[in-house]
Amino acid sequence: MAVARSQSIVLTKEKAKWMYQKMQEIRQFEDKVHEIFSRGVLPGFVHLYAGEEAVAVGVCAHLTEKDYITSTHRGHGHCIAKECDVNGMMAEIYGKATGLCKGKGGSMHIADVSKGMLGANGIVGGGFPLAVGAGLTAKLKKTGSVAVCFFGDGANNHGTFHEGINLAAIWKLPVIFVAENNGYAESTPFEYASSCRNIADRAAAYNIPGEVVDGKDVIAVYEAAKRAIERARNGEGPTLIECKTYRNYGHFEGDAQTYKSLEEKQKHLQELDAIVKFREYLLVNQLCSEQELAEIEQSVAKAIEKAVEFAENSPFPTEEDLLRDVYVSY
Amino acid sequence: MARTISFSAALNEAMRLAMRKDEHVILLGEDVAGGATVDHLQDDEAWGGVMGVTKGLVQEFGRERVLDTPIAEAGYIGAAVTAAATGLRPIAELMFNDFIGSCLDEVMNQAAKLRYMFGGKAKVPLTIRTMHGAGFRAAAQHSQSLYALFTHIPGLKVVVPSTPADAKGLLLASIFDDDPVIFFEDKTLYNMKGEVEEGFYTIPFGIADIKRQGDDLTIVAIGKQVHTALKAAAILQERGVEAEVIDPRTLSPLDENTILSSVAKTGRLIVVDEANPRCSVAADISALVADKGFDYLDAPIKRITAPHCPVPFSPALEDLYLPTPEKVLRAAAEIIGDETIVPV
Ligand SMILES: Cc1ncc(C[n+]2csc(CCOP(=O)(O)OP(=O)(O)O)c2C)c(N)n1
Ligand SMILES: [Mg+2]
Repeated sequence: MAVARSQSIVLTKEKAKWMYQKMQEIRQFEDKVHEIFSRGVLPGFVHLYAGEEAVAVGVCAHLTEKDYITSTHRGHGHCIAKECDVNGMMAEIYGKATGLCKGKGGSMHIADVSKGMLGANGIVGGGFPLAVGAGLTAKLKKTGSVAVCFFGDGANNHGTFHEGINLAAIWKLPVIFVAENNGYAESTPFEYASSCRNIADRAAAYNIPGEVVDGKDVIAVYEAAKRAIERARNGEGPTLIECKTYRNYGHFEGDAQTYKSLEEKQKHLQELDAIVKFREYLLVNQLCSEQELAEIEQSVAKAIEKAVEFAENSPFPTEEDLLRDVYVSY
Repeated sequence: MARTISFSAALNEAMRLAMRKDEHVILLGEDVAGGATVDHLQDDEAWGGVMGVTKGLVQEFGRERVLDTPIAEAGYIGAAVTAAATGLRPIAELMFNDFIGSCLDEVMNQAAKLRYMFGGKAKVPLTIRTMHGAGFRAAAQHSQSLYALFTHIPGLKVVVPSTPADAKGLLLASIFDDDPVIFFEDKTLYNMKGEVEEGFYTIPFGIADIKRQGDDLTIVAIGKQVHTALKAAAILQERGVEAEVIDPRTLSPLDENTILSSVAKTGRLIVVDEANPRCSVAADISALVADKGFDYLDAPIKRITAPHCPVPFSPALEDLYLPTPEKVLRAAAEIIGDETIVPV
């Protein structure tokens, strides 16, 4: 499907380049983690974000360090879009002392509070009330910050979804709830688990705006997020945005993905790729030249290689670290 | 006839036999069948649980009795409570015990209390199977061992098996028990192989198993730590010390007599429990012996537990977090008063 020239360009050249770079960083980071994991080097559970880049990047393009995000078990993309350091991220996934959480959190708990990144989360639905709390701080301290809660389609059936959105709505908090509907929670289809056609339809129950967007189209996500974030910053309360997307890999590394059909995988991995589509958009609309894009791709590849080197050459934490940051020991 | 099968296969077999025996037994949880409503998916290709423990059950019993649930623990665990109270015999899977935060009310205030609070006019034949245990590099929210939390609550029965044979017999006993049972499965034991009898059998609650006999020292160990204790006991034997290793198997009810009789014989007690130390099962068993077996003791009771911190992700730290045979040996050396016991 050819990308048509846009009637109204919403991005500056600078922003466009940043977005392309972040999407590349996420994809290349995840492809690299996939490769390393398959060699048996990495410990634990790893959930990859490849395929969903347009969501994290389209939303975080509007945020600064003063804004907050809460994330999920599939958090690498959110971290990168919120400008967490990729060396520190990779080292964390390796369990090294130089990781963003000093090796104590791992892939499922990467966080960098100084960047407004309030943590990936091992608990599905954990992020809703956490984002509400950050929104409450922003409102009471009048900081002008917003909090974005990224969550999966599986989380929209958890009680915390309903409690969190209702709270944000009655207190008119600057919170944006961003559903990443990739069609599955583990091996369970969204349509089976949710008695709504769209997650965004549930916004009506809380009297807030709800919007469905093509989560493979970074411009569409960018524009929807812009409206929601402006609304939040103006004190008009929360919005629920549902991005229809797809995860390119399994639920976690090692998942045979038997529940996905071949045609479906084919369609998403080849025809509908968000990065390919955005690349064409940038060229057709002359926001970036072929050379600039190639340079971004190459510099990202180098940065990811360096992150792996950094992680591999970093030391593991030691016995003294075990009880560091514990307030009471026995 | 006994065959050698895995811990995971033993659990699967127990559920299969229970579902064959009684049509009221149902299984529900996230992805316990897997791929609900996916047209092209053959039942034998479906997940059968995140670790494959329930694989194949949907093929035999169908999706009416093997129910995939949304990620809504308060919803489906709560529903399982009254499904049990009104005539079914549900096995509800709480994928990781760490997720109890999402449904503690349903377990603590509903399931546990109905029988007593209703003056004995209700029963809740519910089994909640849940994964626990560190050592899988699964980090702080997927690695805890929270059995003490449930042992504390009256009205719940708590089971922590350590071998495939025990796992099968205890799970069958849990499913056919008329009270709510929390059944713990250590994720790092699923691949462990052991001899398991074919066919239906149950292991009664409240009867500890003496995994190894000895006269010099009693080691009570919970779940996977039974194997840590057995390793330590093998080394102790080389150094002339015979340790008795006791696996309580059920923490509620607890077989106090077996523990007390053993300490009466040995005069020394070490408890190995990988949960955090405060208000733990290790603390509880120590208190039991201090209270009812004080006169038997020739030395202080030692507890080998995790430190008082969350489970760290890094393999380098997680290995330090868990009990090890070496830690048990050091405690043994201390209470026996023989430094030569500690390996150099
Ligand atoms: C409270 C809780 N229940 C269950 C799980 C196990 N689990 C982890 S991820 C997941 C599926 C999540 O699906 P979704 O929200 O759609 O996110 P996706 O993985 O598709 O990004 C499940 C069931 C969990 N981590 N926390
Ligand atoms: Mg999903």
